Amino acid sequence: MVRINGENQDVAGETLAAYLAKTKYDVSRIAVERNGEIVPKAAYGEILLADGDAIEVVSFVGGG
Amino acid sequence: MGASPSKKEFMEALEKRHGKKLQNKFLNAVVAVCGLGGLGSNIAISLARAGIGKLILIDFDRVDISNLHRQQYFVSQLGMYKTDALCKTLEKIAPFTEICTYTDRITEDNLILLLQEADIICEAFDRAEEKAMLCEGVLVHLPEKYLVSASGMAGIGSANAIQTRRVSRRFYLCGDGISDVGETIGLVAPRVMLCAAHQAHTVLRILAEEFEI
Repeated sequence: MVRINGENQDVAGETLAAYLAKTKYDVSRIAVERNGEIVPKAAYGEILLADGDAIEVVSFVGGG
Repeated sequence: MGASPSKKEFMEALEKRHGKKLQNKFLNAVVAVCGLGGLGSNIAISLARAGIGKLILIDFDRVDISNLHRQQYFVSQLGMYKTDALCKTLEKIAPFTEICTYTDRITEDNLILLLQEADIICEAFDRAEEKAMLCEGVLVHLPEKYLVSASGMAGIGSANAIQTRRVSRRFYLCGDGISDVGETIGLVAPRVMLCAAHQAHTVLRILAEEFEI
């Protein structure tokens, strides 16, 4: 199981890019941390989600 | 109107409020504010009042009439660069705060150059894509910095929905996380100021070494 924003999801073995493609996230509006470390957008296709990973997808909305 | 107080008088007044030890931490801090709109102009004023030693203020834009409902500018400043206008205001509030301005757009290519001197970086942009770019850029390229970002403060929703959370060790996020400016009545001054206050207060807490929320 991979813990994504506090919820366990059965996505171990998928790339981060493949997981995100199944969601409603707009990749240009997010920042992703994996186990407390930022993942650069260029690496989304290479990062394989592993059992026990903690993923935090921070999705930004406009306004400031 | 009396004469402007001396630097010594200012420092003594701040030390009396904050204590010498904490005020020294504020005085020795360099804080960057990226974007000087509703969030950034309010953050900068709070931090200058608190006696932060140096502020780096960055914005490419000019003061527009559409800004006056929530941003800390004056009618007499319409058309001025926000960096110049805010600098003038801060000089009146805290004449001994060192201020460095960049009238430029922050990009992935220049963010290291613009932000490398800062201890703490406040993301105060308007557009979600720019927020994401800056946060990723800072966390990738300047991992020793603290980052205080904001997302979700538009509309007339509850003031109590605005919160601060610690995403990871050096990354704090303020706001309600969901209220997009495009899907609400827009931004109203008090709710933006609340979020800016969360950001400025988080900066002070980090400097006070109070890292938990």
